[in-house]
Amino acid sequence: MLVLKALQLEPMHGWGISERIGQWSEHVLQLGQGTLYPALYRLERQGLIQSEWNVTENSRRARYYALTRQGRRQLEAELTQWRRTSRAVNQVLDATTP
Amino acid sequence: MRWIRESWRRLRSLTRGSALERGLDEEIRFHIERQTDKHLRAGMTRDEARRQAYLEFGGVEGIKERTRDEFRPALVQDVLLDVRYGVRALRRAPLFTGVAALTLACGIGATTAVFTVVHAVLIKPLPFRDSDSLVSLKHTAADLNGGPPVGMCLSLFLTYARENRSFEELGVWAPGTGNVSNGVLPEEVATLNVSAGALRALGVQPATGRWFSDADDAPDAIETVILTDGYWARRFGRDPAIVGREVTVDSRPRVVVGVMPASFRFLDETPDLLLPVRIDPATLTLGGFNYEGLARLAPRVTAEQASADIVRMLPLWVEAWPSFPGFDRSAFGGMSPLVRPLKQELVSHVGNMLWVLMGTIGIVLVIACANVANLVLVRAQDRHREMAIRAALGARRGRLAQQVLVENLLLGLLGGALGLLLASAGLGVLTTMGAGSIPRLHEITLDPIALVFTLLVTLSSALLFGSIPVARFGGRRLNVTLRAGGRGASDSRERHRARNILVVVQVALALILLVGSGLMVRTFLALRAVPPGFTDADHVQLARVTLPEPQVHDPERVLQLQREIADRLAAIPGVAGVSFTANVPMAAERSRSAIYREDVPVSDQGAPPLRWFRFVAPGFFRTIGTPLLAGRDFTWVDLEERRPVAVISEGLARELWREPRAALGRKIREGSGSPWREVIGVVGDVYDDGLHRQAPAMVYWPSFMETFQGQPLYVRRAVTFAMRSTRAGSESLLAQVRTAVSGAIADVPLTRVRTLGDVYRRTLAATSFALVMLAIAAAAALVLGLVGIYGVIAYAVTQRTREIGIRAALGASRREIESMFVRQGVMLALAGVVCGLAGAAALTRLMASLLFGTSPLDPAIYALATVGLASIAALAAWVPARRAALVDPMLTLRGE
Repeated sequence: MLVLKALQLEPMHGWGISERIGQWSEHVLQLGQGTLYPALYRLERQGLIQSEWNVTENSRRARYYALTRQGRRQLEAELTQWRRTSRAVNQVLDATTP
Repeated sequence: MRWIRESWRRLRSLTRGSALERGLDEEIRFHIERQTDKHLRAGMTRDEARRQAYLEFGGVEGIKERTRDEFRPALVQDVLLDVRYGVRALRRAPLFTGVAALTLACGIGATTAVFTVVHAVLIKPLPFRDSDSLVSLKHTAADLNGGPPVGMCLSLFLTYARENRSFEELGVWAPGTGNVSNGVLPEEVATLNVSAGALRALGVQPATGRWFSDADDAPDAIETVILTDGYWARRFGRDPAIVGREVTVDSRPRVVVGVMPASFRFLDETPDLLLPVRIDPATLTLGGFNYEGLARLAPRVTAEQASADIVRMLPLWVEAWPSFPGFDRSAFGGMSPLVRPLKQELVSHVGNMLWVLMGTIGIVLVIACANVANLVLVRAQDRHREMAIRAALGARRGRLAQQVLVENLLLGLLGGALGLLLASAGLGVLTTMGAGSIPRLHEITLDPIALVFTLLVTLSSALLFGSIPVARFGGRRLNVTLRAGGRGASDSRERHRARNILVVVQVALALILLVGSGLMVRTFLALRAVPPGFTDADHVQLARVTLPEPQVHDPERVLQLQREIADRLAAIPGVAGVSFTANVPMAAERSRSAIYREDVPVSDQGAPPLRWFRFVAPGFFRTIGTPLLAGRDFTWVDLEERRPVAVISEGLARELWREPRAALGRKIREGSGSPWREVIGVVGDVYDDGLHRQAPAMVYWPSFMETFQGQPLYVRRAVTFAMRSTRAGSESLLAQVRTAVSGAIADVPLTRVRTLGDVYRRTLAATSFALVMLAIAAAAALVLGLVGIYGVIAYAVTQRTREIGIRAALGASRREIESMFVRQGVMLALAGVVCGLAGAAALTRLMASLLFGTSPLDPAIYALATVGLASIAALAAWVPARRAALVDPMLTLRGE
């Protein structure tokens, strides 16, 4: 879900995605960066993202990942689900009266 | 749809695997570079930045592996990898691979070959449409002879054809010979006299022309003939215009009405010509069982129902026809039907032997697998460290097991492929050896079912020997091995137990086969020890000469010519004795008739029993070596003056008159209308039904008689000349025989040229076939079993070198060390022998019907096999044990 969210705005390469997630989460969610790649390949296989080779701003070749239409739908669905769940959890945790 | 796209992707990624791989490499490199740049910008040194980047990324190879798992069908790829790895591993150990593959090839090849035979002969349906409803019709006739079942007579056939309610088609057939004489040299051909119904029952269409119809069976029809494909090709060069032409058979022109297809086989007969059975009801009587019956059951009729139907028809038959000359009608009242599936009739006599053979070969296969399992275990032992390292590097246990299995499957397939080659070679040997003793041989081919069987056998044996090391090592904690360090794996007790059990099983199975083949050897020797009723059969040359009626009309002239031929043959140098007979002993050439005796009133005899008889010329007994026990042989005067005389066998003389001498002067005859014939001689018994059966009572008539069964001036036109010569069987003798015969009469072919020894060996064919097969299996099992013992002990020695060194250093003598290992081998062998003895006692019962002159529990054979196996096993253990004893304690201990 995080990967999909990272790609919501623009296509990005692997390092970019890991950076973006790191920044957004203020480095709380800084897991092993390598674990990103199996996830990327799995998402691509599931048809949620697609990739193409492109040239970076420093004219290096890199693989850019972009959301597919199906990926966007999936992201929407997951976000809704997540919000509902986390709100529920928060409400439980914030409850003051027994 | 989705899964199609998905599998297409996966398939493509298989071929594009390396492109994806490069992409992944580049992507990861790019990631690391960017991360390093980032750290550089934060002020780290280059090395520090790089190190940090790698740390943050995690294990590159592990990530790659997991990523790969995402983009390719892992199983297929892994298996391909395993295959490649397996091939490499097998090639690295050529000795192991060679020995294991050859061992497997022997087991799989032999099993495939024998299965192919069993399948073709016993399992596969006969090659006819809906062959399950084909039955053979035989009858037991307790009152007539009490002997083996008889087939059909023509009157019975007509009654059945008219009255039956259970057959769709019904026919009779009988093999015979005919003399074809148009065009070139006259030749004797194999014929099949077959009624139209029998062909319809089989349902095979002729390739060209038509079948016989019931009209062809009528007595006044135009005489017709159908050619088989082989004869059509051989004699007429596949002339397409053959139908409608005439062929002269036995000097009578016959119109060719059809040609059978090349695939046509009439059971086990291989005729050249098919002739209709011309039936003239006016001449028929009860009896004359010279035909075989063949029928197709009507839909939804069982063999039992057909049998009941025949029971109903038999009295109708006895009422409807005149009795056989000299027979009381009541003699035919006691017949009962024997309706059996045609296939069973054809193959039942070899079924038992083939199944015993199949079981035997199966045992060899198991032994071979056990041996290979042993080899694989040893190898697995040696590769234990490799496995442990790979496990430590992160290979999952299932993955390692998969790889070991794939490697063993490869080994199995290699063995299977070699085995298939062996099987096709072995089939050639089997069919050559089985000729004459196994029916349906021409149907044996390596067909798809045999190939599937081979594959199944291969896979299951690969699983059998391949899963043992997996089971043994899969569950162990592999890092224990690593800790054991350079000393090699600890010599675990349980692993030894696996190998020991394998060896015990091998020895047990080998013992079973040894006992089995020992029993067959005993049987064979017992059969060879039976005096067959003739002597030195390999020096008796046989050749058949037929003088057809159109060529030589006068019966007396026939006898003259036959005597002239005999005289000319006797003049050949090196020929010690010449005579002839119409029916060669042991060659199933004989007939039966009722024999009446003069000294007991007919009313007291009841129905006279049927006895075998054959026609002979003077000097026949001396020529083949049948002893004359009392009285005298026929003379030429007896024949020329057509005196009413007979010679009988010892068995018959003892049965009727208690001793041979008492039979002389008694009188017998073959029919109530015939003159009484005086018994002038008694000769030794001939084992005509085979050496394992009692010699049948036999009557010998002269080959030329005043009258026989109502036919005046009876002469046998087809006779086999027998000559005793040390050159029997040689081409030079045959050339001289041909010259001699053509000197007496031109244009008469020699047929059925063989020695009496050939005939004799044919009766032993089934036994010697079983013997040779069992012996080969037992030898293979023995060798494999011994290799197993040797391997276990030799391995134990290498494993325990250090221990031996210590023992020797502490003062153990060489003898003590040696006997320690020999004892281990002998204990294994003894455990195997005990199991094997029990197994043999249980299993050899199954082969009781193959045995003669011994029993399945023959103590001598068991003792011999046990002692033999145990001592050879001790020897197999002693060789490596000796090596152990020669271990130099100083060298081993220093080597540590």
